[in-house]
Amino acid sequence: MGRKMRRFQCWGWPAMTAAVSIQGVHKRFAALQALKGISMEVPQGSFFGLLGPNGAGKSTLINIMAGLARADAGSIHVMGHDVVSAWRQSRHALGVVPQELVYDPFFSVREVLRLQSGYFGLGRGNDAWIDELLEILSLTDKADANLQDLSGGMKRRVLIAQALVHRPEVVVLDEPTAGVDVELRRSLWRFARRLHREGHTILLTTHYLEEAESLCDEIAILNRGELMTRDSKRNLLARYPWRTLHITVDHATFQLPETLVSLLTNADDNCLTFRLHREQDTIGEVLAALQSAGLTVVDLSTEEVGLEEVFLRLTGQSGENT
Amino acid sequence: MKAGFNVRGFYTLFAKEVRRFLKVTVQTVLTPMVTALLFLLVFGQVLEAHVEVYAGVNYSAFLIPGLMMMSIIQNAFANSSSSIIQSKMTGNLVFVLLAPISSLEFFAAFVLAAVVRGLLVALAVYGVAVLFIDLPLTHPWAIAVFAMLGSATLGALGVIAGIWADKYDQLAGFQNFFILPLSFLSGVFYSIHALPEIWQQISHFNPFFYLIDGFRWGFFGQSDAGVVMSLSVSLGFLFVLSGLALYLLFKGYKIRR
Ligand SMILES: Nc1ncnc2c1ncn2[C@@H]1O[C@H](COP(=O)(O)OP(=O)(O)OP(=O)(O)O)[C@@H](O)[C@H]1O
Ligand SMILES: [Mg+2]
Repeated sequence: MGRKMRRFQCWGWPAMTAAVSIQGVHKRFAALQALKGISMEVPQGSFFGLLGPNGAGKSTLINIMAGLARADAGSIHVMGHDVVSAWRQSRHALGVVPQELVYDPFFSVREVLRLQSGYFGLGRGNDAWIDELLEILSLTDKADANLQDLSGGMKRRVLIAQALVHRPEVVVLDEPTAGVDVELRRSLWRFARRLHREGHTILLTTHYLEEAESLCDEIAILNRGELMTRDSKRNLLARYPWRTLHITVDHATFQLPETLVSLLTNADDNCLTFRLHREQDTIGEVLAALQSAGLTVVDLSTEEVGLEEVFLRLTGQSGENT
Repeated sequence: MKAGFNVRGFYTLFAKEVRRFLKVTVQTVLTPMVTALLFLLVFGQVLEAHVEVYAGVNYSAFLIPGLMMMSIIQNAFANSSSSIIQSKMTGNLVFVLLAPISSLEFFAAFVLAAVVRGLLVALAVYGVAVLFIDLPLTHPWAIAVFAMLGSATLGALGVIAGIWADKYDQLAGFQNFFILPLSFLSGVFYSIHALPEIWQQISHFNPFFYLIDGFRWGFFGQSDAGVVMSLSVSLGFLFVLSGLALYLLFKGYKIRR
């Protein structure tokens, strides 16, 4: 993309301002305490996942960041600019793709992008960038189509282009892949990775945990207005280092090798379920042990619970209580 | 930057608001013009022979400035209020709210667009009416000033109503129970001297009366309240409504939760 940005390494530079710094943010809607004192930092250059069940307060936090809502207490800085007292600078630094599919039915795609560019004080000099955005988001042949004649996926892409029209350092994507087909989802992932590579800080909310697991390097989990955890993806995954291995063997009666007994969690005739430690146990060992016991493996599958398991435990949505 | 004025941001929003109503000119300019001309036809025909409001001014001529101002009042109000409530309800107001546009820039853009619409409709009514009726232009500056004051004031009132209303019904209510009666009772069709004493007194509390009275003075050099009084009250009304609108915008009332 047009502008070159340096990619920052956040560790080792403790003095560098965070892309987004959130301090003690409270927000109440009538009787509902939507945010109960959130404090955290989104480092510059990170791909940050903001996760949490419906109603956790993710969009509310984003709205306060963007100046669409006001905090009852606490403050947020975007690239060092207070979103209340230095609102012009903070809005220049931030590009938000809203969760709802909103659009202005009066205008065409290109008109809408020029308008947004103008609101940010940019003139015709920005037209080349608008063309580039249209190209990148595969909207070029829809540039003159009216917004109300576009499909949902196209409208979503226009929203993304609108958020990027002023080249913000921090890009917030509030559930960009909700209700989007597989192909568009893939292309949105590619696009988000590209933005990240080019130096943008990305803040993503999503309900697809595989998506967060594959894209994000930093994760925060909100639940009912509280920050449940804020850690790197690596550390979070290390908190639940188990995966499940399902194996079907060729006969139902057999003697299980000694080494596998401690790993076995369930046996149903010739279907066996093992729980393996990500780092300590390997599938190869299990297979070898079964083979040496004279068993032939007929079928095999694994389940990576990963982030989903961590999420369910932290938000108290898993069946078991821990 | 912090204290400055986002000129291009303001201008973009203003131009967008103008284009928005120009895209539907039939509804936003032509329809109000036809309405005004129908009033002129009906009332002018019926009352022409019976009423002479000002000496030497025939009733149809007297009616035209009133109808022009009524068109200004209704259309300037409709322009800002309907645009804001529409953006609020469809959610696309978010694009302006996300941008570095201040309350003042926002307000100025909507009010100025309302002024353009008000003036355009007034000109359309005038342009057609003078084909049939002779109309003097005694004080052109006053005509221009009151036309602008009227459309800016109603543009500001439209901003307030658009922010306040949550549904179209509420906006329609505001229009039907407030704007419409006040404009009809402000002397569009008559001089308030034709009214019983008590109604004359009440009319002096209607700010629209001063807008129409000053505007009419620009045409005929005759008025009910005096041009200084009309100008003062109209300016005062504009300041009060602008202050209120800016306060609501600054507080984010109903638009920034
Ligand atoms: N304008 C509002 N008025 C009243 N309550 C609100 C408002 N906006 C949000 N809430 C409430 O605040 C809570 C947090 O909502 P929010 O939209 O931030 O959740 P979320 O984490 O984004 O959820 P989702 O994943 O469903 O988008 C919810 O209980 C919601 O009902
Ligand atoms: Mg949300």
